Amino acid sequence: MIERIVLPQIENYNTINVYLANGGFDSAKKALAKTPDEIIDEVKKSGLRGRGGAAFSCGLKWSFMPKTTTKPKYLCINGDESEPGSFKDRQIFEDNPFQLIEGTIIACYAIGAKVAYLYIRGEYHKWIKMMQAAVDTAYEKGLLGEKMKSTFGSEFSCDLFIHKGAGAYICGEESSLMNSIEGKRGYPRVKPPFPAQNGLWGNPTTINNVETITNIPAIIKNGWEWFSKIGAPKHPGTILFGISGHVNKPGVYERPSGILLTELINDVAGGVLGSKKIKCVIPGGSSMPPLRGDQLEGVKMDAESLRDVGSAIGTGGVMVMNEDTNLLDVLIRIAHFYHHESCGQCTPCREGTGWMEKTLKRIKQGSGTSKDLDLLCDVANHIEGNTICALGEAAAWPVKFMIQRFRDEFEEFVSQEVSLPVPNKVHSMRGTAIPLIDLRK
Amino acid sequence: MSFKFSEENLKRIEEERKKYPTALAAVMPVIYIAQEQNGYLSSEAMEEIASVLGIDKVNVLSVVTFYTMYHTKPMGKYHIQVCTNVSCMLRGGYKIWDQVKAKFGLDHMQVSEDRNFSLEEVECMGACGYAPMLAVNEDYFENLTKEKVEEILDSLK
Repeated sequence: MIERIVLPQIENYNTINVYLANGGFDSAKKALAKTPDEIIDEVKKSGLRGRGGAAFSCGLKWSFMPKTTTKPKYLCINGDESEPGSFKDRQIFEDNPFQLIEGTIIACYAIGAKVAYLYIRGEYHKWIKMMQAAVDTAYEKGLLGEKMKSTFGSEFSCDLFIHKGAGAYICGEESSLMNSIEGKRGYPRVKPPFPAQNGLWGNPTTINNVETITNIPAIIKNGWEWFSKIGAPKHPGTILFGISGHVNKPGVYERPSGILLTELINDVAGGVLGSKKIKCVIPGGSSMPPLRGDQLEGVKMDAESLRDVGSAIGTGGVMVMNEDTNLLDVLIRIAHFYHHESCGQCTPCREGTGWMEKTLKRIKQGSGTSKDLDLLCDVANHIEGNTICALGEAAAWPVKFMIQRFRDEFEEFVSQEVSLPVPNKVHSMRGTAIPLIDLRK
Repeated sequence: MSFKFSEENLKRIEEERKKYPTALAAVMPVIYIAQEQNGYLSSEAMEEIASVLGIDKVNVLSVVTFYTMYHTKPMGKYHIQVCTNVSCMLRGGYKIWDQVKAKFGLDHMQVSEDRNFSLEEVECMGACGYAPMLAVNEDYFENLTKEKVEEILDSLK
């Protein structure tokens, strides 16, 4: 039987009565009877890792929150879901909102937060309404706010507010998400200080992904040992895989981590459209390094295995491209996206993303040379690691790795003739193929 | 054109204000309310937002110009957004975009003369598994075909 933690296949599970009838909010009750440290320890031992992209240990992140502070603490739940290829959180808002609310209560208690903000991307009007309705119901039933003290028989209470984004990819980055909640432009902040020390309004803050938080009630209910045995040992639990592109049955599927990528594509998602060969797969949302279709055998879908083959799990958004796909068009589209979404704070990213898009478009127009491919990799290398936030890497990786791994294909788009610069005595000799001595003759 | 929040919206703003410890933090929801009431964010609307929240106008302007869902010029009654990002592109997103453009004779961020329709080529909307997709105002239409698009567009009156 396939374990379902985040999206149990129970009819009407998104209604409060069905959720309560299936043991809903028992985990919150159980958690509130323990100490916060016990919960953090339990989550740490379970091995739960963040589902938003970085796959950082959730329990460890919680333990960074200062214990002795008079400042208010905050929890932010990241439902910005703006990475192309990921569309898993909306499934949680739609099918399992109360488990997300229950997880929020437990997380708030563990880190000592009285207020949680759930950040949902602005385009998700329908899902924001659904989630708001669920939050309202939870307040009515005394599961949130002041009334939860009597419901759970505990001194603890917390509030949950939904913050609607307004169309900015960058707000999925944790520090820019906080700036957005504070009512500012979504500019990422320089780290350190880290959010656990200096987050929302300068107070200790933890930011977790929607899927991560939704896992919490199950861990409290069944214990850390149960959770740690599901899927890949170093990256346990289930993952919501959003499969899109050239497959017969695209959609969101919950499967144990460590599942074979080929199984995910061929069995779970019904195989490739028109039974064609796979040319390329991006395994974790468009910012992750792509894999070649002939290198998919034996690739497992967990953080370590994907790192070993030179990619990353990201948000679990698997994009499948068949043999007819024009990878240059795909790469132009990806480069355009990151150029459009760069916030403009750091020069390497602001300028580099634009130049990568322009250079790729030049190749598309037919006036690219083999040297341009090297130039693109060079620009990407100069963005990577030189920016405040990870959008730099997100923009650089697809370009760099797509060209490196599909160099044969990209070479076909460019002219092989290398045009030497015209000798020029007036201008600087930089980049001139002709040695200075020859010109003096 | 002067702009004043309706009584009902002032109450909504009051509610939004309660969610945050600072007035500035309520600016994003309040901008949405202003845009809903006025159709777009005029200079007067932004001034009114600033005065209602007691913040500088520049704070409102800086937020409005950062996020793509805030409009500083009037959009059509039906704002049609077509996604052409990778997952949609692989399933024919550009064909849908071309079809919509041809239907109205408009391009990205253009508004029809009767102000009924406006088009936008948008980045990923989080519907990758149900591609290609388009959105009309707040509603998503997914798993599109040429015929389905025609039907949706014809139903907009």
